[in-house]
Amino acid sequence: MKEQLQIDFDNIIKTSSFTKRDIELKQNSLNEFIKTGFPNRRDENWKFSDLNQIIKKNIGDLSFYNDYSLSNKIETSVFIDGLEHNKIVFVNGRIEKIDFDYEKKDKIKIIDEPEIDNRSNNFNSLIDLNKAFTNKSYKILIKKDYQLEKPLIIYHLTNDKIKSKNINLSLDFQLEENSSLRLIDLFNDNSEKNFLNIFYNFDLKQNAILKNYKIDKIENTNVKYSFNNIEQAANSLSETFILSSGSHFFKNEINCNLNGKYSSAFINGIFSLSNDRHHEVRTTINHLTENTKSYQLIKSVLNDSSKAVYQGKIFVNSEAQKTDGYQLSKAILLNEASEFNAKPELEIYADDVKCSHGSASGSLDEDSIFYIMSRGLDYQQSRELLINGFLLDVIEKITDSEIKNLIKNIIGLKE
Amino acid sequence: MDAREKEIEKLKDYKYGFSTDIESITAPKGLNEEVIKFISNIKKEPKWMLDFRLKAFERFKQLKEPDWQKPKYPKIDYQDLYYYSAPKSMDDKPKSLDELDPKLLETYKKLGIPLQEQARLNGIAVDAVFDSVSVATTFREELSKLGIIFCPISEAIQNHPELVKKYLGSVIPTTDHFFATLNSAVFTDGSFAYIPEGVRCPMELSTYFRINASNTGQFERTLIVADKGSYVSYLEGCTAPMRDENQLHAANVELIALDDAEIKYSTVQNWYPGDKDGKGGIYNFVTKRGLCKGKNSKISWTQVETGSAITWKYPSCILKGDNSIGEFYSIAITNNHQKADTGTKMIHLGKNTKSKIISKGISAGFSDMTYRGLVDISSKASNSSNYTQCDSLLMGNKCGAHTVPYIKNKNSESNIAHEATTSKISEEQLHYCQQRGLSQEEAVGLIVNGFCKEVLQQLPMEFAVEAQKLVGISLEGSVG
Repeated sequence: MKEQLQIDFDNIIKTSSFTKRDIELKQNSLNEFIKTGFPNRRDENWKFSDLNQIIKKNIGDLSFYNDYSLSNKIETSVFIDGLEHNKIVFVNGRIEKIDFDYEKKDKIKIIDEPEIDNRSNNFNSLIDLNKAFTNKSYKILIKKDYQLEKPLIIYHLTNDKIKSKNINLSLDFQLEENSSLRLIDLFNDNSEKNFLNIFYNFDLKQNAILKNYKIDKIENTNVKYSFNNIEQAANSLSETFILSSGSHFFKNEINCNLNGKYSSAFINGIFSLSNDRHHEVRTTINHLTENTKSYQLIKSVLNDSSKAVYQGKIFVNSEAQKTDGYQLSKAILLNEASEFNAKPELEIYADDVKCSHGSASGSLDEDSIFYIMSRGLDYQQSRELLINGFLLDVIEKITDSEIKNLIKNIIGLKE
Repeated sequence: MDAREKEIEKLKDYKYGFSTDIESITAPKGLNEEVIKFISNIKKEPKWMLDFRLKAFERFKQLKEPDWQKPKYPKIDYQDLYYYSAPKSMDDKPKSLDELDPKLLETYKKLGIPLQEQARLNGIAVDAVFDSVSVATTFREELSKLGIIFCPISEAIQNHPELVKKYLGSVIPTTDHFFATLNSAVFTDGSFAYIPEGVRCPMELSTYFRINASNTGQFERTLIVADKGSYVSYLEGCTAPMRDENQLHAANVELIALDDAEIKYSTVQNWYPGDKDGKGGIYNFVTKRGLCKGKNSKISWTQVETGSAITWKYPSCILKGDNSIGEFYSIAITNNHQKADTGTKMIHLGKNTKSKIISKGISAGFSDMTYRGLVDISSKASNSSNYTQCDSLLMGNKCGAHTVPYIKNKNSESNIAHEATTSKISEEQLHYCQQRGLSQEEAVGLIVNGFCKEVLQQLPMEFAVEAQKLVGISLEGSVG
């Protein structure tokens, strides 16, 4: 694989117009990646999901080269109807469209080709891979006091032109004071056996509000990894919702640094898996100063031989008094072969804190089914009703009602 | 310094910090086949035992010391340790307690071990271990009437080879992890208990361990077998003399419960924790594992961990028999610079198996405490359940409390519930107690004892009293 990586890398460099400094930084990242390779189960954070094996088994040999010189056709039929929104469209990893039609132009700044970030935020080797191979990264800056009128939907589209490819995306968002952004990531894949590697960086200044909804509903055989790094200043708020369902493998990782007082982070997630899908959510919330709050709720419904993993960590350093941290993960196993693994972790160095976690997994409660059936529903209906109610709990945590309804429609949940 | 502070200062010093001067026979320093043969030879062991040790040693040479644990420690030079030392007066074994070295007896007296009359009054059979060789075993006759074998493991190897051969290494094999394998190669002595079919052991079996000779890693090996339908409650307590050098303690404890049998294993661990600045203290790296081999068997671990510079252990249950039950109750207290990384593993293999984990961690001063636990329900363990609760209490902002549970559920008919909380002592509770005339220290002691109550209740009476005091002593000077 090593040689292939370098060859693909050189090909990309040849066809693009990076500065000398950028090429050097990219080469460094590549060298780092070559050194460590794809993460495997020997790495504690990948203990339950051996990406190296998953790629080997499901994709085989990956190609890292993509020709980004030609534009792709955008299937407009995938666009969401009935909700006015701004768009960013990725097709096969290439940005085809950025459109903030509904917003004041002078309030949003799109920085093309920002300086490559050489801060040492290297959480794992996939970020190195991302840095080495992203062809174009953008930085989106939302100016002070501006709240976006409409949500922004990022369409992640792939079509059948690509197979066994590695695609890397990277976006950087900066939310200035008092600004707010509602962001939906919508995955729509028409391709097979690719590895998508997405890296977002969010920088929230004072009082900024970020709401990010990730929706992976459509069935596909791709392997995906998404990493959100969120930096939060005082009084800022971030809300992340993850619907993890369609891809063959999907690992969502969120690293959130609560740097300012009274900042808060909310993470809610649903795993709804069938067949042999294997999904993971791993969160790290770092409470770095006083009076910060975090809340996490993850619910899973697992069918067939699917497997869900939740690794959540709450870290509280010694200055972070009055921290309030909470996480809860619940799973329903519907099939003998399904599997749920959890590692809810607390690492606490301050004493005046309130931190707790809970985790429960098991089958559907037969008593509840009996109760509903005794009121005239059949077995299948009772099951569905219970599962609906179980998942609705998470959906109700979504604070934006427009988007809540959109997601309910997408999942097909009835009230 | 006023009188009260002086008093506290005195109390803070280790209650059991003394060492006895007795000439010791020691094996040459270092770890190699010769030393293992030396140990085996001095114990007059049969060949199969020596082979067991050598096999473990072969394996040990290939293993790497683990480094994933939270508390880090300076690298141990395993070639710089003595692997065997025994009080010299043991060469000709005393026939009765009166023949014992008076100095030894004095040491036990300071520890409060009821070896003589107290033993009978308290109804405890004591198998006291001084350094590595068992000194005296009381109540053996009474027990032997019921067919219960309770003796040093070195004696069991001589007198009951068929039992030892069958069960030794059946739960912790010679191919296990680094420290367990080291123990298998060089263990010197420990306790052996066998409860025959249908017998309910009438008294608590008890062993006190002491580390004495400087630079001696103490490698205990305990093996308890409860045959069909039997019951036994076993107590283990530890104190160690004050030393500046770090001392390694890597014991192995194996429990085997056959059909319908129950083993209750209680530990109060109060090894020397090091001084206020974190100098010295024991490294307590123990492997404890119980196997519920038969149907309807039950193993229950209860531990109160207050000592040691570093405690690193996970008493585990393998629930192999259908309907078997595993329990783990733990209180871990760390103060000053102590570190603890402890918890349990519940491995559900049989059907209808149940496990329960209650863990209470208290950290104060500059200490660091980690609960690390695994609950693994395999795909064949239908209708199994686990309940886990781990609560941590923090005192001051220089200490840490961490919870790292691993939860694996591969069976849709099984339920796992896990809860954990971390908090500090509530100001309101403190205020309430102080308003009623308790000093701050007393109030803290009371609240902490309440916090631990669920676990303390599980201890046998004799231990519960000691443990309650210990909880108070361990936290003295940590508030205010």
